[in-house]
Amino acid sequence: MSPGLFNDWIVIFLMMTGFYTLITRGNLIKKLIGLGVFQVSVFMLYISMGKVEGGTAPILTEGVVHYSNPLPHVLILTAIVVGIATLAVGLALTVRIQEAYGTIEEDEIRELGGIE
Amino acid sequence: MLLLAGTALAIVLLRDLFAVVMLSAIFSLLSASLFVLLDAVDVAFTEAAVGAGISTVLMLGALALTSTREKASRNFQLVPFLVVLLTGGVLVYATLDMPRFGDPQAPIHQHVAPRYLNASMREVGVENVVSAVLASYRGYDTYGETMVIFTAAVSVLLLLGGGRKRSRTELEPPEEAP
Repeated sequence: MSPGLFNDWIVIFLMMTGFYTLITRGNLIKKLIGLGVFQVSVFMLYISMGKVEGGTAPILTEGVVHYSNPLPHVLILTAIVVGIATLAVGLALTVRIQEAYGTIEEDEIRELGGIE
Repeated sequence: MLLLAGTALAIVLLRDLFAVVMLSAIFSLLSASLFVLLDAVDVAFTEAAVGAGISTVLMLGALALTSTREKASRNFQLVPFLVVLLTGGVLVYATLDMPRFGDPQAPIHQHVAPRYLNASMREVGVENVVSAVLASYRGYDTYGETMVIFTAAVSVLLLLGGGRKRSRTELEPPEEAP
């Protein structure tokens, strides 16, 4: 139980919070926000893996020897942008469901015969 | 980090969706400042611009078209909670094998990253290694990413544009009102 894992544990806590929101909440927008929380916590996991003790940001400068790992940063930049794309599509679907059923609560849609 | 945890809990518990959207913007901003602390400046400003900016605007737009109030349901559900607890427990068990935070000997720092750090100045000529990898070594990934954005934009346009036309012709008036 070393303190070196504190970051990982907070990340797992956040991940599980997002997961819980995702599976228990009926409101579709709330579900998407839960998904977002989950996503950001995965980003944190990657970024904290890339950190090097005593390192600095990976921008080449004179007189700096240790840099943090740039690879997770690149991956997460891509992931953030893909995340916003999925969020946009999800919200568009939600708006469409609101137009078709008049509600965005999962159980009410089910009562209307939307989901079997 | 504890602030982040508190914000996340508030997101789960609050029912007013407007407040929840604002909290998720705060969550993004807090995580952006965390990324600065972890030396990921590029990620931090992308997260601040995209996570706290664009996604909040999108959410508010969606809220304006739907409702801002979440229906009251039971606040505590046992089975999902147990599932979440179990998953979390397994993940915590898995972290026990992870390298310690900031350890320079961790496997992730041994393989490709040193090559990028040493050679990118000679091969690409940009001081910022993240940009060098993003635009040059992994240029195809970035190209694929723009394709994803394009697809997303097209599907949003199809979903919303087609929806308005259909709701004018097929649906009854009460369901049209946002």
